[in-house]
Parts: sequence; C-alpha cells; structure tokens
Amino acid sequence: MPQQGFSIRIDGVEQDFGDFPALRDVSLDIQPGELVALLGPSGSGKTTLLRVIAGLNAPDRGSVYFDGEDATNLAVQDRRVGFVFQNYALFKHMTVADNIAYGLRVRPRRQRPSSADITARVEELLRFVQLEGLGKRFPAQLSGGQRQRVALARALAIEPRVLLLDEPFGALDARVRKDLRRWLREVHKETGLTTVFVTHDQDEAMELADRVVVLNQGRVEQIGTPAELYDKPASSFVISFVGEAVALPVTVTDGHVNFAGRELHIDTHGLRSGPARVFFRPADIAVATGGDAELEGRVESLRRTPAGVRATIAIDGFDQTLEIESPVETAATLGDKVPLSLTKARIFPAEANGFDHIADGI
Amino acid sequence: MTSSPARAARNARRFVAPSVLPGFGLTFGYTLFYLGLIVLFPLAMLIWRASDLGASGFMRIMTEPRVTAALQTTFTLSFYAAVIDLVFGLIVAWVLTRYSFPFRRVIDAFVDLPFALPTAVAGISLAALYAPIGWFGAPLAEMGIKIAYTRWGILVALVFIGLPFVVRTVQPIISELEIELEEASATLGASRFQTIFNVLLPPLLPALLTGFALAFARAIGEYGSVIFIAGNIAYVSEIAPLLIVIKLEQYDFAGATGIAAIMLAISFAALLAINLIQAWSRRRFGHV
Repeated sequence: MPQQGFSIRIDGVEQDFGDFPALRDVSLDIQPGELVALLGPSGSGKTTLLRVIAGLNAPDRGSVYFDGEDATNLAVQDRRVGFVFQNYALFKHMTVADNIAYGLRVRPRRQRPSSADITARVEELLRFVQLEGLGKRFPAQLSGGQRQRVALARALAIEPRVLLLDEPFGALDARVRKDLRRWLREVHKETGLTTVFVTHDQDEAMELADRVVVLNQGRVEQIGTPAELYDKPASSFVISFVGEAVALPVTVTDGHVNFAGRELHIDTHGLRSGPARVFFRPADIAVATGGDAELEGRVESLRRTPAGVRATIAIDGFDQTLEIESPVETAATLGDKVPLSLTKARIFPAEANGFDHIADGI
Repeated sequence: MTSSPARAARNARRFVAPSVLPGFGLTFGYTLFYLGLIVLFPLAMLIWRASDLGASGFMRIMTEPRVTAALQTTFTLSFYAAVIDLVFGLIVAWVLTRYSFPFRRVIDAFVDLPFALPTAVAGISLAALYAPIGWFGAPLAEMGIKIAYTRWGILVALVFIGLPFVVRTVQPIISELEIELEEASATLGASRFQTIFNVLLPPLLPALLTGFALAFARAIGEYGSVIFIAGNIAYVSEIAPLLIVIKLEQYDFAGATGIAAIMLAISFAALLAINLIQAWSRRRFGHV
C-alpha cells in the first residue's frame, strides 16, 4: 500500500521546560520518503523534537513545515501524523480491530468511510502487519512485538502524511528487536512514507536510517548518513557517541600535537593552541612495525581470539587501557613495552560542547 | 511420590487450585464465620423479628402512606445524590490525579473528611450553613430558594457524605490511564469529546459503578447528617431510617423491623442490579 511521502522542514525550533532548554535552535530538512533517525542520549531532546513534529508539543520558537506548508499552529488532530508511542498506548478496552479502526471511526460523518470499507481496511492492515486472524483479540492477549505492530497498523490506518516512532524497539527483548528492525525497513519501503524514529541505540540508527540526526543537550550535533557520521564526525560528541572511541588528552602548540612528551603526527587543521583531545577508534591503533611509533604502551594482558591476539595495553601517560587486536605473529609477551601508531585520528578542542559529559563515560 | 488412587481422589475432591501459601481451609472458615457472625446473623435476626408481623402486618406497613413516602424519599434522593457524586467525584478524582498544583496533597486529604467526620457534626454544620440565616441559606432565601428543612437539604447532606466513595474508587484507575492514550487518540484525529467518551470513560466505567454503588448504599443508610438539615416533615422530608428510629421510640419494634426489612430487600435488589451491570461492563471493557 504505497502512500505518498511528505517533506518535513524544521526551522529554528526551540523549546524550554521551565529553566531547562530541551531544544535549542534545531533546524533540519527531511526529504519525502526518507527514513531518518533521531539519535542521542537521554535528555538530548530527541523525543521532544519528535513530539514537536507531531504537534504534541508546541515549540516556543521556530516553525514546522509539512511539504512547504506551515504546520506549526496546526492542531494534532488535523496534522495527520502517524505516531507510534514507546509504550504503544493501545486502547486496552478495544479489540485489535477496533484499535486499528479507531482513527477512521472518529472522523466526521461526511469523511468517514462506510463500515464495510472500514472493515476491509482493517483486514488489509492486519494482513500488512502479519496479524491476520487476531482482530478479535484484546491488546492484553498479545505479545510485545504484536502490540507494536497493532500500534503501527493503527497509525497507518489514517493514511498519515508522515510516520513518527518513539523508541520503537525500546521495550522489546534483543531477539525481537532484530526482527522488527528488518521488518520496519520493509514497512518503510512498502509504504514510502517519510518516517522519523527516535532511538538512543546507535546500532539501530546506523542500521536502519538513511540519515541520522545526532542530538545532544537540545542541539543538533550533526546530520548525515551513517557513513558520514563514522568517517567525518563533526564534533567530539559525535565521534564518542557513534561507535567506540578513545580520547587522549593532548596540547596543541603552533600546529604540533603533544601527548605526554611525545609528538603525534596529526593534522590539526588550523586548530588554535591549547588543550585538545585526540580521538581514535580502537581499530585505528596498531602495534607499530617500523620506526614510526607515536605512542608506547605496556602489555597488561593477552587473550587468544579466533583471529589473533587481543592485548590490553596501558599507554604511557594515560590512565586508561585499550584493547588492540593483532595477528598472532606480531603479538608481544606480557609486560613488554610495545610501540604503537595511529592510522587514523581526529582532533577536537577540549572545550567543545558536550565533550566533558561524554568523556566521563569512556 | 505416592501417586495412589487415594491421592488422586483427594486431589479431585479439592475445589481450589494448590497454592504456595497454605491455609485456605483456615482462612475460608474464618471468612464464613466472620461474614456469618458480623453480617448475616444480625440480618437474620432482623428478618426473624420482622416475620412476627406476618404477611398482613407487612402489607399494612408497606401501604402506610407515611412509610411509602419515607422510603420513596430515601431511595430517590440517594439515587440522585449518587448520580451527582458520580459526576463531580469523577471530576475531583481527575483533577487530583492528573494535574499537579500547590497544596494538591492537602486538597486530596480534604476529600476524606466526610469519611472521618462524625455524621452529626456534618449535619449540624450543613444545617447552620443552609439555614435561612446561614451563610449560604440567607442569600439563597433572598432568591426564594429554600434548602434547609426541605428535600434539597437531604440531597445536600447525601451528596456531601457520598463524594469520597466515588473519588477514592476512581482515583487509582485514573492514575493507571497513561497520558499517551489521550495523545494517541488525538493523533488519530479524535476530538476532545471523542477522546473522553471513547478512550477515557470506558476503562473507568467499572470503578465508576463501584463508586456509585458505594455512595448510593451509604446514602440509603445515612441518618446523622440528614436529620439535622432535613427538617423531618412527615410525607415531605422524612427519611426511612428516621422513621425506624421514631417507631423504636414508640416501642413499635415490629413496625421498625418491618421497615428495616423492606429497606434491606430494596437495597439488596439495587446493589445486585449494580453488580450485574458491573460484571457486564468488566466483561465488555475490563481488559485493562
């Protein structure tokens, strides 16, 4: 059942909850038919942004456009958004079929389909979400994954302009999540709806979304495809939040990067002198083979893995250990000093917004 | 493991599923004993005493105009009072559960006052307020409305004592209703009224009926708060419980128990009916 995708434009949206700024100058463009993830830690404003798009929250400043049309002051009831709540919010006193039919039955008499049409549409949707024959059940008689699909069918019944999902897999166990992920991708492909979902799980965002919006403390840190986020993180927050990263505290003096008395060969891209952090992925550090060692570390433990050896290494001058996987041949023995080199790293000024918050978690 | 036929027979005789906690026999016995001693035995005494009257005696009491007037007053006003409590109790419960505002807990505690107050105290205060010289009574009297010493006075007292029953039975169910239900209904295009009537009220219905039944039952038996404000004019504002007391004071025990038995029968029928509606509504809307 392909439906038409609408574009969404969010322009300078801000929202405060009392003294707490939940959204700060958020702007983004979502193309028709795109699948977009809002990714961020809790309290980053991702759910608030989703609710602003739905019209459940009225932003203090800024505008929301659907297909170029200003929808900022459009009531929730008139927005025609399909919203799937984190806890599904199914009507427990109604059967599955009545839940799905609800959005059609509450329409004003003139726009309401005939009851035969409603029944047919409910059957069609039940088939679509693979719940055929369960229309007479009550939500309490369904599993979590099945409830999720009822909530989706109910949202799709009103032929929404956009589909919004709040933590769609949050309440499910890991195995069901995996299945539903694939399934949601299919649903998106088949409906062609512009879809926005909220998640705090970066794997989920990266695997599913065409583009990911990374939010932190109410601000957009970066908008990009998963590849862009991995390869060109725009801030220290993005590199730490999306994928594993190690942060080395360094000082920059006139374009030279200094870590614990050693110079690291990193292009500073004109970063001004002062404290900074060098970020690298665990895969981007290796035992140096030539004389190009930038760092030195002591092997603290060794563990055999199918592919090679996993060594825990304490870097000199750094209070954290890191794990390096290397082929069996290059493996050192316990207590050895090993030379290390960085193949890829990024540098960000230490005072960058949101950095300290994340550094605690590494 | 002795899976003997004797054990199988014993298991088959059991009419409760085995449970982790022992003591079904003891607690069930206690339940029967307690209900029998505290509830059923006194009621049986009442019927037994009333049976002295015989069929003709009952007919005489039932057709006595003053008795029918009192019974009618009690049951109709109790019904109206319970209906009023149903509406306003729901609103009070909703506001106290759904919104947070300064002094919410204090206001919440006020709801229980009619429970705790000696009914005579409530009656005297209400009478003082609504009397023609009282704070409410005086301005109302100027408008030509008389509350105290009329049936309206009885209604005011019954509404007062019944309110907490509705509030307290509905409150926990309201707090279980997620805000997301309203929001989901709105995103699906439902108007506010549709949301209230289709999404919010059906799950509350069983609790509302319970609250209604409790308020109604309490109002039927209410005596203390009513007699001070009712004026107790025979055929007009005389309630059945008062008539029983009057009969007792005249040493007309048979007459008193006769009225009591009739009240018991009507109350039982009314509560049974409410329970049946409730059972139906639980089946219909109870998947909460």
